[in-house]
Amino acid sequence: MVMRRRHGWLLLVPFVATLIVPLYDAHDPVLWGFPFFYWYLFAWIPLASLLTYVVHRGMRR
Amino acid sequence: MNETVHWTAWAVFATFFALVTVLGFLAARWKRADLDQLHEWGLGGRRFGTLVTWFLLGGDLYTAYTVIAVPALVYGAGAMGFFAMPYTIIAYPFVFAVMPRLWNVCRQHGWLTLGDFAQGRYDSHWLALAVAATGVLATMPYIALQLVGMQVVFEAMGFGGVRQGAEIALIAAFVVLAVYTYASGLRAPALIAFVKDAMIYIFVIAAIIVIPIKLGGYGAIFEAADQSFTARGRGGILLQAGQAMPFATLALGSAFALFLYPHAVTGTLAASSGNAIRRNAIILPAYSVALGLIALLGYMAIAAHVPAKGTAVVPALIGQSFPEWFAGFCYAAIALGALVPAAIMSIGAANLVTRNIWRPYVNRAMTPKQESTVAKVTSLVVKFGALVFVVFLPLHYAIDLQLLGGIWILQVFPAIVLGLFTRWFRAGGLLAGWALGMAFGTTLSWIEGVKPVYPLPGIGAVYIGLIALAANLALAALVTTIANARGMARAQDATISSDYEDAAVLS
Repeated sequence: MVMRRRHGWLLLVPFVATLIVPLYDAHDPVLWGFPFFYWYLFAWIPLASLLTYVVHRGMRR
Repeated sequence: MNETVHWTAWAVFATFFALVTVLGFLAARWKRADLDQLHEWGLGGRRFGTLVTWFLLGGDLYTAYTVIAVPALVYGAGAMGFFAMPYTIIAYPFVFAVMPRLWNVCRQHGWLTLGDFAQGRYDSHWLALAVAATGVLATMPYIALQLVGMQVVFEAMGFGGVRQGAEIALIAAFVVLAVYTYASGLRAPALIAFVKDAMIYIFVIAAIIVIPIKLGGYGAIFEAADQSFTARGRGGILLQAGQAMPFATLALGSAFALFLYPHAVTGTLAASSGNAIRRNAIILPAYSVALGLIALLGYMAIAAHVPAKGTAVVPALIGQSFPEWFAGFCYAAIALGALVPAAIMSIGAANLVTRNIWRPYVNRAMTPKQESTVAKVTSLVVKFGALVFVVFLPLHYAIDLQLLGGIWILQVFPAIVLGLFTRWFRAGGLLAGWALGMAFGTTLSWIEGVKPVYPLPGIGAVYIGLIALAANLALAALVTTIANARGMARAQDATISSDYEDAAVLS
């Protein structure tokens, strides 16, 4: 394979973090009025994007 | 029926509609090329860089119906409606891993559709037909729902009691859309997407700042929603007992399905490189933030005690939260939000019909000019079909069919997504699995009264698309194994492994 995927496994992390629902189906702690369930999911949007960026960086060198 | 007419809102809407109509026609001259070639009309010549692709796919995937339906679901059911968040969070890592391979192999062979890929990879026009038919079938009700999205905001702006006012406005808007899509192809929605997406972002940013200030902050909004669900005795701002499984499986199944839809494939293949797609997998989540905030409008509507239900919730919330001119701007944003996906969906369906139905079964020796003409006419027929559907049939038909469409489109996953990584499956097995998945998924949903989930003993309610996909995969593997054991001849594969890799990395 020409294309290296050294960090490819990082792409699986968002799946684990958001599909195992009991991890975050909770009211507390509340942040800026948002129950945990909501700010946790919102936080994972940029985190998943960041992980994808890391994988892309890893592919290019 | 709304008796009052919001003239200011109509004026703002008409201004923006006129603007995008001009853009739609001017788009024919953008990145100028011969639009009598199907890859130019239907894929914009595969010349859209990272930024254009970002606007195009964002405008394509986050549709008018999304803006109306997701908050309506949250308003009615609470946390369950937020499955759209894990769905769009995991969709992009999936896109990153899968779609550049599709782009590369399609670029290499000049393919325009998933049906083309199935044909080349498996040398089976029946499999290509199955893929194409599934795509068209799943797309038609989706276009219809975009019309519903428009209709809802038209109703909110009011007609002063004019009978069939919404239908007339809808037909007018769609005829204009159909004409410039015919003329400009994919360039039209790509250019309009800039305007539409910018307007949606402005609407969302204003909504999440202005409305919570009026309602006493996000804490108060969640509190009000919580109390409302407690009073109703169903739903809640957290998932209820037994909802975790449907929440997770709907998210996973929807994420797998999203980029199998013809409109998503068309938007992806129109990118200028595999890396443009990868960069978009990194930056498209910005739209997911907007989607999450749009979903919260459902709770804001509860806290604001809007006098509305279902699809009317968002327009009602907009109407009572903003001055009329800005409400008009928001309505225009939603209505224009319907035009971009509707155009791309009809182009995606037209590409499939032309390449994988018309060419193999009607006219094998089409010239490029004939090919693009078939596609242009098909895009008109598809839009007209959706219009007839919405104007003459009850709304729940479109909603039910769109739900079934999600289950159906997942059944091409083995042939397409797995097919991008392995040629182990045989065409016969994939066809048998597809047929089983289609029939099984439709039946399970039908038994449940056209619902997306089915209760599996010992597991819980699981998204039917995934159940049908499991059956599909099992049969495809079984048939392939038997055929292998009997030493049956394998069909041709037009691709080689390097076709799937980036050309620049190879050289």
